[in-house]
Amino acid sequence: MSVTIRDVEYVAKLARLEFTEEQKQKFTEDLNGILNYVEMLKEVDTENVEISIGAYRVENALREDVVKPSFDREALLKNAPDAQEGFVKVPKVIE
Amino acid sequence: MHTKTIHEIRELINKGEVSCVELTKNALDRINKIDDKIGAFLQIDEEGAINKAKEVDEKIRRGEEVSFLAGIPMAIKDNICVEGLKTTCASKMLENFVAPYDAHVTKLLKQNDAVILGKLNMDEFAMGSSSENSAFKKVRNPYDLERVPGGSSGGSAAAVAAGEAYYTLGSDTGGSIRQPASLCGVVGLKPTYGRVSRYGLVAFASSLDQIGPFTKDVEDCAHVLKAIAGYDEMDSTSAKKEVEDYTKYLNKDIKGLRIGIPKEYFAEGLNDDVRKEIENAIEVLRKLGAEIKEISLPMSKYALAVYYILASSEASSNLARFDGIRYGYRAKEFEDVVDLYVKSRSQGFGDEVKRRIMLGTYALSAGYYDAYYKKALKVRTLIINEYKKAFEDVDVILTPTSPTVAFKIGEKSNNPLEMYLSDIYTVPINIAGVPAISIPAGFVGGLPVGMQLIGNYFDEGTLIKVGHAFERETEFSKVRPSI
Repeated sequence: MSVTIRDVEYVAKLARLEFTEEQKQKFTEDLNGILNYVEMLKEVDTENVEISIGAYRVENALREDVVKPSFDREALLKNAPDAQEGFVKVPKVIE
Repeated sequence: MHTKTIHEIRELINKGEVSCVELTKNALDRINKIDDKIGAFLQIDEEGAINKAKEVDEKIRRGEEVSFLAGIPMAIKDNICVEGLKTTCASKMLENFVAPYDAHVTKLLKQNDAVILGKLNMDEFAMGSSSENSAFKKVRNPYDLERVPGGSSGGSAAAVAAGEAYYTLGSDTGGSIRQPASLCGVVGLKPTYGRVSRYGLVAFASSLDQIGPFTKDVEDCAHVLKAIAGYDEMDSTSAKKEVEDYTKYLNKDIKGLRIGIPKEYFAEGLNDDVRKEIENAIEVLRKLGAEIKEISLPMSKYALAVYYILASSEASSNLARFDGIRYGYRAKEFEDVVDLYVKSRSQGFGDEVKRRIMLGTYALSAGYYDAYYKKALKVRTLIINEYKKAFEDVDVILTPTSPTVAFKIGEKSNNPLEMYLSDIYTVPINIAGVPAISIPAGFVGGLPVGMQLIGNYFDEGTLIKVGHAFERETEFSKVRPSI
């Protein structure tokens, strides 16, 4: 499998990133380098092997559904790039 | 004063030979004097530190019992939240982000009356092995200012080595505590996954991330681990397992303890001089009565490949939250809301972060998911099984921490894969989720070499026991850089 500039453009779109032509070229090379390296996983026989999503134990972490105090709205909005009347302000989303 | 360990300082405080305010002023002076050269700190909270020190002095004056860490100046990696201080992750994306809450570890440290000096430099979003990826400034190795301190917790390692803080916290996703500890000649521990809460740690790869301490020696490490470990309801992956008093593992003998040496970690790629130092360290432990056994971990060679797929995939998902809406950097000019996301992310993230987001997005995208992500999860199972099996025959596994000593600034920054290879001995441990510690174990050309001890799940105690036995027998943990 070899990554092309077109793949990089497609993945960039998914990742909500944009690049100059020069950067696209560099990322194509970098990704190909890394993906060539990970090709070695192909030689591992994983037939009948289960996946592990965590380190070693997977258990449900359930808790009682109890109402607790949450963060102060004003305090959180201090980190918002743009806020108004207790809300985060964004550009118009719906035409 | 700055060359002393926590336990030495505690004794001085207890004897009334130094006050916490003096100690804190001393640390702040040290930072003001040398940090221009080191670059370990991104933020210094002089006022907060002095006030806390005064408070602890007052407690001591009143005859109150205080914790072992009370009044000792320390600092925290800038991806761990301290309420009211910035948490930038060394990224333009979070340059102005002020943490609205304390991480669980911060809360525990505050309960222990820790004096928090400030926040420490790192690779942006903890992605890197040299701390050259900080958006603000590079960190330099206190043993040689032309060299890197390792990464991503380079600031945390350098600050302890240079005596700017008596201990620090870092985070370790693939070696980000142990590799810089090795390169800076200090002790760094990555606890078992789940031993320390990740609440308040900015997520990089959630199934691999773990917070841990940097200290000058193993004895200090036992004290700090004891303070920060424990279950936290805010992190559902933290373990409901009682925290041991790790200091009970100090001053123990290691006769008959079985130490496994995996041959794969001493193969091609390991620098010969580093190998010699590690072999000498093995001999020290053999003379102390440990039983040395050669073992084999053949899946290790696949760990780095598994790591870069899993870590990047998780990162691409975790970092999707940085979109310029609720917090973080927002581009000044944009056409519509999607363009706002794209411009904010493209301008806010650095190259290495983008590279990992791209790799992760690619690995998770339709058509490639099975070949990369799912395949990596299966190989992860095989790596986990291999470690479980190894610990049926040995109590601890010993390896080099990194294949080389600290490299020159700029030496590997143009080749991502070569940079990634400096974590080849540390990544398998995060994939398996077991604990591991890096301990100063030698010098090559005046630069520190670290030995990695890997333990079974939740067996940090044995790491402390073996590490402390080694430390009492050698002088490596007593060496300080000349800066």
